[in-house]
Amino acid sequence: MKLEEVKRILECEVITGHDRLDTEIKMVCGCDLMSDVLAFIKADALLLTGLVNRQAIRTAGVADVPAVVFVRGKRPDEETVALAEEKGLPILVTNLLLYEACGRLYSQGVPGCEGR
Amino acid sequence: MTEEGAFRRNFEVLGEDFYNAGRVSTEIKEILQQVGVAATTVRRVAIAAYEAEMNVVMYARRGTVCLELTPELVHLLVRDEGPGIEDIELAMQEGYSTATERMREMGFGAGMGLPNIQKNSDRLVIHSTAGVGTEVEIEVRF
Repeated sequence: MKLEEVKRILECEVITGHDRLDTEIKMVCGCDLMSDVLAFIKADALLLTGLVNRQAIRTAGVADVPAVVFVRGKRPDEETVALAEEKGLPILVTNLLLYEACGRLYSQGVPGCEGR
Repeated sequence: MTEEGAFRRNFEVLGEDFYNAGRVSTEIKEILQQVGVAATTVRRVAIAAYEAEMNVVMYARRGTVCLELTPELVHLLVRDEGPGIEDIELAMQEGYSTATERMREMGFGAGMGLPNIQKNSDRLVIHSTAGVGTEVEIEVRF
């Protein structure tokens, strides 16, 4: 699924990466703990998280995460946005809670990172 | 471990410097990508380095990361001056953590750091002296 489609399904606002909405999303990981993200996320998986700080951007960069969706309407501060822009990482924001956001994507056929 | 002709680079990490936390591992990742290391290996090294770097930022006063690249492997030596780890076996258990509220706010301190390093490395050796510091040696083979 393209990031553009994720944006539509989750009713997202695009914060950074307007020109990268054709990024292909193979699976999704929903998680607020960065150490758990590092332990369980697979390369090329979209990260859905409520942790809105620089560490979310750093973690995405380290773990080959192509884009991040911040849930619960949480908005990153300017420094976090600047880091994402520097790294070329698309950031989207949705007002949905984590469970609902994951559920919508899962029901559209995007798998999780379980056992892959 | 030292080897003739190996690529070597040293980095400094400051305790409590959450603003720059992850910068060193990101730089290490970029170096490995530039020299053409396979993506899956780069990712393993980056994750191991990031967890080790976060440990220095969260727990120590300061530390150094020494990256060494040989034709067979990536070697990281992370040394810090800090409180040390009293019980390494306990610290290796998933879920065990001595993290503070601030560290948890940053998304860390879930007790997954050292287990994550082990999972992403082929060799992990930890030496620590309580009250002095910790030395973490990580090897990832190609």
